[in-house]
Amino acid sequence: MLKIEGLKVSVEGKEVLRGIDLEVPAGEVHAIMGPNGSGKSTLGYVLAGREGYEVTAGSVTFRGRDLLAMEPEERAAAGLFLAFQYPVELPGVGNANFLRQALNAVRRARGEAELDAVQFLKLVRGKVKALGMTEEMLKRAVNVGYSGGEKKRNEILQMAILEPAFCILDETDSGLDIDALKIVAEGVNALRSSDRGMLVITHYQRLLDYIVPDRVHVLLAGRIVQSGGPELARALEAKGYGELQAAA
Amino acid sequence: MASSRRRPEAGMVEVLDAPAPAASTTVAQLLDRARGLADRLPGARNPAVAAWRARGAETFACQGFPTRREEAWKYTDLALLRETRFEEPILATDITPPLSREGSEPRLVLIDGRVRHDLSAIGGVTAGVAIGSLADALQKQDENTIAGLGRLAPETLPLPALNAALAEDGVVIRLADGVDGGMIHLLSYATARAGHPVAFHPRHLIRLGPGARLVLIEEARGEAEAFAWQNAVSEVLLGPGARLTHIRLLDEPLSAVHTAMIAVRVEEGAEYDSFTLIKGARLTRNEVHAVLSGPRAALHLNGAQLVDGSRHVDTTTVIEHAAPDCASRQTVKTVLAGRARGVFQSKILVHRAAQKTDGYQMNQALLLSPEAEIDAKPQLEIYADDVKCSHGATVGELDHDALFYLRSRGIAEAEAKSLLVQGFLDDAVSLVADPGLREQLQAETVAWWQRVEHGG
Repeated sequence: MLKIEGLKVSVEGKEVLRGIDLEVPAGEVHAIMGPNGSGKSTLGYVLAGREGYEVTAGSVTFRGRDLLAMEPEERAAAGLFLAFQYPVELPGVGNANFLRQALNAVRRARGEAELDAVQFLKLVRGKVKALGMTEEMLKRAVNVGYSGGEKKRNEILQMAILEPAFCILDETDSGLDIDALKIVAEGVNALRSSDRGMLVITHYQRLLDYIVPDRVHVLLAGRIVQSGGPELARALEAKGYGELQAAA
Repeated sequence: MASSRRRPEAGMVEVLDAPAPAASTTVAQLLDRARGLADRLPGARNPAVAAWRARGAETFACQGFPTRREEAWKYTDLALLRETRFEEPILATDITPPLSREGSEPRLVLIDGRVRHDLSAIGGVTAGVAIGSLADALQKQDENTIAGLGRLAPETLPLPALNAALAEDGVVIRLADGVDGGMIHLLSYATARAGHPVAFHPRHLIRLGPGARLVLIEEARGEAEAFAWQNAVSEVLLGPGARLTHIRLLDEPLSAVHTAMIAVRVEEGAEYDSFTLIKGARLTRNEVHAVLSGPRAALHLNGAQLVDGSRHVDTTTVIEHAAPDCASRQTVKTVLAGRARGVFQSKILVHRAAQKTDGYQMNQALLLSPEAEIDAKPQLEIYADDVKCSHGATVGELDHDALFYLRSRGIAEAEAKSLLVQGFLDDAVSLVADPGLREQLQAETVAWWQRVEHGG
């Protein structure tokens, strides 16, 4: 579903990703683990199409298409979703309006009918409740005045509403207490399916206790240095990244 | 006819070495017209009206058009007016201006500055509400109307003075004590019928008796090719405990020029709550002078300026706190695209008597293009010692992270920008309490964005 080959990326002239090869088939959840500065977030942003990242080599194919040639909104329309590590505040933009515009944009792209405000509210209500959110949060401006946990839940709410084919979760566990983490993980697990792929980016193994991955990749200094099953995450938790860093 | 400019009368204070008014044949033409029409303008036979017009002509003769040498006009140049030969509007009989509101409220329509009873619908006004044309009231020598002329407007300033000299018509609205007048809609529409530049100078008199209430929606629009200069003056007097909600929408063609002076007096416990949305003419100068003259009076001068292309929009306000325990609030947002130019000047003047004044002013600008420019000048002048006044100003661009966030959710770039612009305007537009009016204003801001996107 997602195939990354030989990807090299520079930011302001400095090479941050130094040749990434990674394939995530539909139905699988892969985790990218690594210490700060290893290039994890860069990978998420490059896949979503953020400005300021220069791809110097390699390719990314998503559902058979050249992902890197697409605008961010085209990537979303094609089914890619990035849950942000730091969700952006949008003062004056109502959350419900934002969610509905986003949903209708991807529905248009999929050739589906747009939803009016009433149909949208019906769809969103159950999902809001399942994530332990209140309908009052739909009336507020997007992420403005939200707690860290509320912002992360709002990301997962967007994911649940947009039903993307491929989800990238960037440090979704950061800033969450254990109860919030369980709720968010449940939300993510509810979206696991045989036709959906996921890439879970995390520093700590904790999240992977709740979202159990099929594969774990360790990213160090812009390269994947080791790959394995879920047991690799636990081994890293016990030993830390130090040993691998020393070897790399 | 340039040589026919009048000299100041003897006895007038002349400032030595003051710069002479810029030589302008337009000034001479306008004064010629004032002289030529002096016997024919409505109310000409009334000595008080005639004297009022003569004073206006004299002031304009002395001062001419304001220039950028004056502090109040530092950022707005009226060269376009000084260099244009304006003619009389032609009476356009076969015109039906498009209406932006479907509302059933009473409506008064002005075409090229003249009230048109045939296009207006004021049958349904509430008892205790008088609406009519200034021309009619002056023909009838209505004493109340005559007494109100120039009572509030700063007619020592040249443009209001010119308006006095040449005002042919306008709207007179009076509410009796305690009356709830509901909603009234004024539409001023400029046509291109004359085929050459025209100027008109409407004078509006609005007076609410003690405890009266009114929502006034005022729109200025025009035909696409109309080169019309509208030089309007409104005098708004709110008696004790009265409340006026004044929604103004200036959406005029690129060929038009609008200069407006709104003079407001807010008496004890009264409230003037205004929102002005300006989408431009080629040049708009929106000036408001408000005096809080009685204790516990309140003032809201909110608005949004949406400026694109080569338009120039200037909002200049003077808020005078002359009595204790009054509150003034001002939130003005400006969005600029293309090579547009925006100006925001606001002065809060707190008199010694105005203890416990609560003044707040916020002015924020969003620049969508590197060629756009905003000049902002907030001023506080405080003579009382127990006051709370704050002001803030920001200038910024669209937030790239916010734009990426929206696009990453599938929202196309143009739509994402539109959402962010709407979001930026929200703190100001959301201050309009009536949901229907708020929605109308939001729709106007969306339409403006479409004009920007399609390079209109």
